[in-house]
Amino acid sequence: MMTGSEPAANGRRAANELPNNRLPDLKTVAAAADTAVIQVRDAAVIRGGQTIWRSVTLDVHPGEFVAILGPNGAGKSTLLKAILGLIPLGTGEINVLGHAARRGNPAIGYVPQRRHFDVDVRVRGRDIVRLGLDGGEWGFPLPFLNRPAEQDRASRIQEVIDMVGATAYADRPIGELSGGEQQRLLIAQALVTRPRILALDEPLDSLDLRNQQGVAAVIRQISRETGAAVLLVAHDVNPILSALDRVVYVAHGQIAVGTPEEVITTATLSRLYNTPVEVLRASDGHIVVVGQEEEEVSYHAHRAR
Amino acid sequence: MRIVLADNVQISWDLVADLQMMLHYPFMRNALLAGTLVAIVAGLLGFFMVLRRQSFAGHSLANVGFAGATGAVLIGIAPVVGMFIAGALAAIGMHLLNLGARQRRQSDIAIGAIFTAALALGFIFLHLAINEYAGSVYNVLFGNVLGIDAAQVGMLVWASLAILAILATIGRPLLFASLDPDVAAARGVPVRALALLFLLLLAMAVAVAVQIVGVLLIFSLLVTPAAIAQELTVRPGVALGLACGLAVAFVWLGLAIGFFTPYPTSFFITSFAFGTYVLVRVMQWARLKLVRRARQQADGPQPAVGGAA
Repeated sequence: MMTGSEPAANGRRAANELPNNRLPDLKTVAAAADTAVIQVRDAAVIRGGQTIWRSVTLDVHPGEFVAILGPNGAGKSTLLKAILGLIPLGTGEINVLGHAARRGNPAIGYVPQRRHFDVDVRVRGRDIVRLGLDGGEWGFPLPFLNRPAEQDRASRIQEVIDMVGATAYADRPIGELSGGEQQRLLIAQALVTRPRILALDEPLDSLDLRNQQGVAAVIRQISRETGAAVLLVAHDVNPILSALDRVVYVAHGQIAVGTPEEVITTATLSRLYNTPVEVLRASDGHIVVVGQEEEEVSYHAHRAR
Repeated sequence: MRIVLADNVQISWDLVADLQMMLHYPFMRNALLAGTLVAIVAGLLGFFMVLRRQSFAGHSLANVGFAGATGAVLIGIAPVVGMFIAGALAAIGMHLLNLGARQRRQSDIAIGAIFTAALALGFIFLHLAINEYAGSVYNVLFGNVLGIDAAQVGMLVWASLAILAILATIGRPLLFASLDPDVAAARGVPVRALALLFLLLLAMAVAVAVQIVGVLLIFSLLVTPAAIAQELTVRPGVALGLACGLAVAFVWLGLAIGFFTPYPTSFFITSFAFGTYVLVRVMQWARLKLVRRARQQADGPQPAVGGAA
């Protein structure tokens, strides 16, 4: 993302780091100021002898809000999991914050596809959030030995609970909360490590309309306040449309990347689906895609080739 | 193992004297130590077992222990060792079947198949060894804490300390993996390895706990205290402590009453556990009713939302 601050950064760099008066190459400066947090280069995932998608190249920048869209079974979640290092690549490479994608990276907050805690799970929401902070630590916790650290943890947990608006019910058992409330707490759990990337897999799925808007607003606000890059797999683009910077559309083993206006068009989607598809825009800005194989795909559960 | 019944003891109103009399007998001191250790281990493991919905797996491991114990007698090794070996094998078997199972129902069926096969195996072992073992079968099935000798207590102490040390080390990742396996795996927690390790710990705990309450009544120490604790609190740390405390209390009460009456201890341990569980469930039900009624009364003067429409 080129921004207005570019020339200033350029000047400072020239003065501080290059005293020998050699003018820096403009391109290198731009790249340094604009380091992508995620770089996907010509990646492909092959599972069971079948190519899920290939030739995927994508840069995600700090603070960007990117939606991964596409029909069921097209490999949206697979793309997210590949970035998380949970799925090996067939070809190509994925760099996250300058290193190859790896499992367990604390710089990525992850909310997997819709999970519902059963009604009889009697553990506080606050403790679920806390697991995001210390759930991976071995050894017996002795909070009374290090009070300042414990207070710091408690305040970080409270901070993310406030951020997602879950303060009122954070101390109730998670199983008794509604789907939207649980989802907010799971987002808080993903945020508690102060990640630079937030990866959300269908966070709005199976929520009612009001909760969809609420959770979408929370995610939007987080990306603004924390500067974290948000990668969000979605079934329906409309609840998040106003917040989106870019769209990654996955269908039939191919992807298209660009702004929503560029990608969600009759021409691009028809090319991706390899069949005539029509994109309609309602007067309120909502997008309807007509003629896509959504229903067929979900009923016959066939995979896009 | 001998069946020891402490006859001819009279309870008085002087509780201190009663306690002194109880502790006067070495078999009671052994029983108290063994019972307390087993209660602590069972309470802690039970918490995770309830959280992971593996109470059926725990119960099955105990039944598999029956085959292990009878088999051990047949080849001439200590029943506890046989129980642990059989339990560990069953734990590995369950783990492998769980990895293949897509749904919980499927894995429940797999566990059920294993434990029925193990019971049948235990029965044939018993049949082959019937002469020497007939009396002790009773102890394996229903427990006989008063018959525990010093050597068994020594073994129990080491086994319990090992379980507690391992549990203290893996506690938080195990909690994470139990509540939220997907996120835990993404955060680098070895979810599958923990699942197997937990089943092995459970097999070990069951092998030692069987001596107190027996194969058939083991639920009363493993599951019931943990289930009660999770009804009463939503804080994992508090629930762990409460599960331990309740299990210890049930064992102590059971031992005390068993000492002054001619009836078996494990009956009283199980009865206290069950009674408390029922009491707590009834209390929770009543509390929920009251809360609902209070809410209705609070909402009363205002028209219900959408009610008139």
